Amino acid sequence: MLSRVAESIYWMSRQVERAENHARFLEVTLNLILDQPENLVDPWEPLVQVTGDTKWFLKEYGPPNAQNVVKFLAFDLNYHSSMMTCLRAARENAKSVRESLSSESYEQLNEFYHFVAGATEAQLTDPTVEFFDNVRRYAIMWSGTLDSTMAHDKAWHFANLGRLIERADKTSRILDVKYFNLLPRLDDVGTAIDDLQWSTLLLAISGFETYRREHHLVELEKVVEFFLFHRTFPRSIRSCVAGADWSLGEISDSSHETVPREARQRIAALKHRLSCSNVKEVLAGGMHQFIDFLQGELNEIGNRLNHDYFNQPG
Amino acid sequence: MNQVLSNIGVSTVKQSQSQAQTLSAPKLNQYNAEGFFDELVDGQTYARPDAEMLVDLINRLPPQELLRRQRSIEQSLYQMGITFTVYSDNAGTEKIMPFDVIPRIVSAMLWQHIEAGLRQRIRALNRFLSDIYNEQAIVKDGIIPKELIDSASSFLPQCVGLRPPSDVWCHITGTDLVRDATGAVYVLEDNLRCPSGVSYVLQNRHIMKRNFPQLFGASRVRPVNDYASRLYGMLRSMVPSHVDNPTVAVLTPGVYNSAYYEHSYLAQQMGVELVEGRDLVVKDDFVYMLTTDGLQRVDSIYRRIDDDFIDPEVFRKDSTLGVKGLMRAYRAGNVALANAPGTGIADDKVVYAFVPAMIKYYLGEESILPNVPTYVCQREEDRKYVLSHLDELVVKAAGESGGYGILIGPHATPEERAAFAEKIEENPRNYVAQPTLQLSRVPTLSDNGLEGRHVDLRPYVLCSSPDDVWVMPGGLTRVALRKGSLVVNSSQGGGSKDTWVVAEVGQPVATVND
Repeated sequence: MLSRVAESIYWMSRQVERAENHARFLEVTLNLILDQPENLVDPWEPLVQVTGDTKWFLKEYGPPNAQNVVKFLAFDLNYHSSMMTCLRAARENAKSVRESLSSESYEQLNEFYHFVAGATEAQLTDPTVEFFDNVRRYAIMWSGTLDSTMAHDKAWHFANLGRLIERADKTSRILDVKYFNLLPRLDDVGTAIDDLQWSTLLLAISGFETYRREHHLVELEKVVEFFLFHRTFPRSIRSCVAGADWSLGEISDSSHETVPREARQRIAALKHRLSCSNVKEVLAGGMHQFIDFLQGELNEIGNRLNHDYFNQPG
Repeated sequence: MNQVLSNIGVSTVKQSQSQAQTLSAPKLNQYNAEGFFDELVDGQTYARPDAEMLVDLINRLPPQELLRRQRSIEQSLYQMGITFTVYSDNAGTEKIMPFDVIPRIVSAMLWQHIEAGLRQRIRALNRFLSDIYNEQAIVKDGIIPKELIDSASSFLPQCVGLRPPSDVWCHITGTDLVRDATGAVYVLEDNLRCPSGVSYVLQNRHIMKRNFPQLFGASRVRPVNDYASRLYGMLRSMVPSHVDNPTVAVLTPGVYNSAYYEHSYLAQQMGVELVEGRDLVVKDDFVYMLTTDGLQRVDSIYRRIDDDFIDPEVFRKDSTLGVKGLMRAYRAGNVALANAPGTGIADDKVVYAFVPAMIKYYLGEESILPNVPTYVCQREEDRKYVLSHLDELVVKAAGESGGYGILIGPHATPEERAAFAEKIEENPRNYVAQPTLQLSRVPTLSDNGLEGRHVDLRPYVLCSSPDDVWVMPGGLTRVALRKGSLVVNSSQGGGSKDTWVVAEVGQPVATVND
């Protein structure tokens, strides 16, 4: 397939996934402030930290609060990764590769975009959980449409790759930031508010129900393990990386590569490392360091994709 | 004006309609043809023979229901993203081409006439292109003045000496036709470069089938949906026969082009790559596209980029849309291009005036479809007439399209006419004028119910070889949505309608399941 098309599909998919994650963060936080006793933890600052763009935020908005964080994460067209910026870019990308997508998936994305664009004004004055819940539904419908209306050929695998690399990155960010903000010291485990806080974290990745079924009680180590190493939960980092590895393998196979390209080697190595690590090691060695390493690897895989598939010299 | 027309000996094609048929035909309620020629009903607003089913349905549906369907169709067009980009508005503004639910019906007999006329015209135009870029016999024989060709910006010296396979230059043509107050069909202009709109024909049909399934089959509508397969077949057939399994691609200027939706739709329907200039490279006079697995050869290109921009090595140096070396590969016979570079000379609005002469010169035939009578301002006598009759004429700039650079004399202010007169005197070569025809009308939904609106018709022609010319049974009916307006261009507030060419006995008809 055309390099340009592969790249656009990959980014389209990353951008929709990013938009979905930002909606998830906001939805969960809006829910959280309904439940928690006042002033216990400021829920808005960590949301800014999740993005890694705190400096930009403080310069533009000053101290975080409900309204400016919603504007920033969801609707600010000057911010390069807001939900709206991502959806707009995803739609532009989709439009430029429309002939390589199924009509259904293009139309679904188009509708998604119009839904969010049309609600912007109302949400800026009075953000509602319901709206962000609907955004999440649209995102799920879009990815379902993609999965069930397109052949799982190269184009689909590039989309899957983009989706999973972005998802792994976002899952790691939310764990990283929330971990330190919610419970700075391990001694605090088991305090009164503990359960609610960690449940919120699990809800942000739709993992609450699965977690409860497997572990019943909320325990820090188990939650971290769930985020990093769950073998089958679709938003755990291990499962995302395994899926990305599979897609890249399929791409590589259909190109009849005799020697795997660098991106492939790198993601296979990461997958291997995740399957051999355990949560005790991670906590002992420092979770933040581990997540830093993870994000570095994910970035590097992105760079390699660029080199291996998107911008090869003619 | 009718006098002008009758003077040039136009053979009028009238729809046969006996008195008995008229009496049994349904009458379109509360509709007034207002003395114009109407495509669906006669002067007393009785349905024309092939429109009976349709008129009957319109009568039975409450007007609110038609309006409701119209709105829901427009909504779904928007959701499907079937839009074009409007340049004059803010960057990236998208609009749907307004769609009107009442189709236009073309009888089988009228279609036969149109089809024969178009085949003849394409044959002559292709002959002309081969001649004008090679021997120029038609100039030497004094049929077309030499200075006319020399002064045409669409004549490309870079194409002199080209001989495309089978001598076909315009593989894909969209010819604009109009009918006047008597129902006679005229060619308004030829579009031989990158004619747009065929995607709307296909989508309009798709939408009509979904919304008015009961009318198909019963109305004996001929199908249009094999266009993409025929286009693909033609693009493949242009490749030298020794190439196994050729690769076909559509070349687009990119997502910001106003017809981008069409480019992507056609690529999708044919199942081929949609490429931009930056996706292609020329190496050793072969064209390749950049894929995730390296370079892949491209053998046949339906290019939707204007000549000026397709190859910076040969045409505009500053073009970033094209492919450096494309013309080298083309001349070497290593890639097929549709349409061939250089075809623009044949749809220059002044050259248009000479098409009937071309038909006679190359084919020894009288033209089946007449031109609209055209005054060529370069001729002194014509210019004098034009300048003294500006209030009756439509004046067009030879180098413009899309409804730009036009003066509609009867609707213009004296100041506008004076300004145009100046332009004509400054550069007579650039202007032609035509009488304002009373374009035919079709009932169209408006805020006041059904009202007549003027239409034209753009059928699409695929030409693989001089003996293999296919005319799509249908075309784009463009409609001037503003009351009284004669301008149908989508950039100027025009919309479109589905066009139903009626099948003869034994011909296939469209079915809802196509």
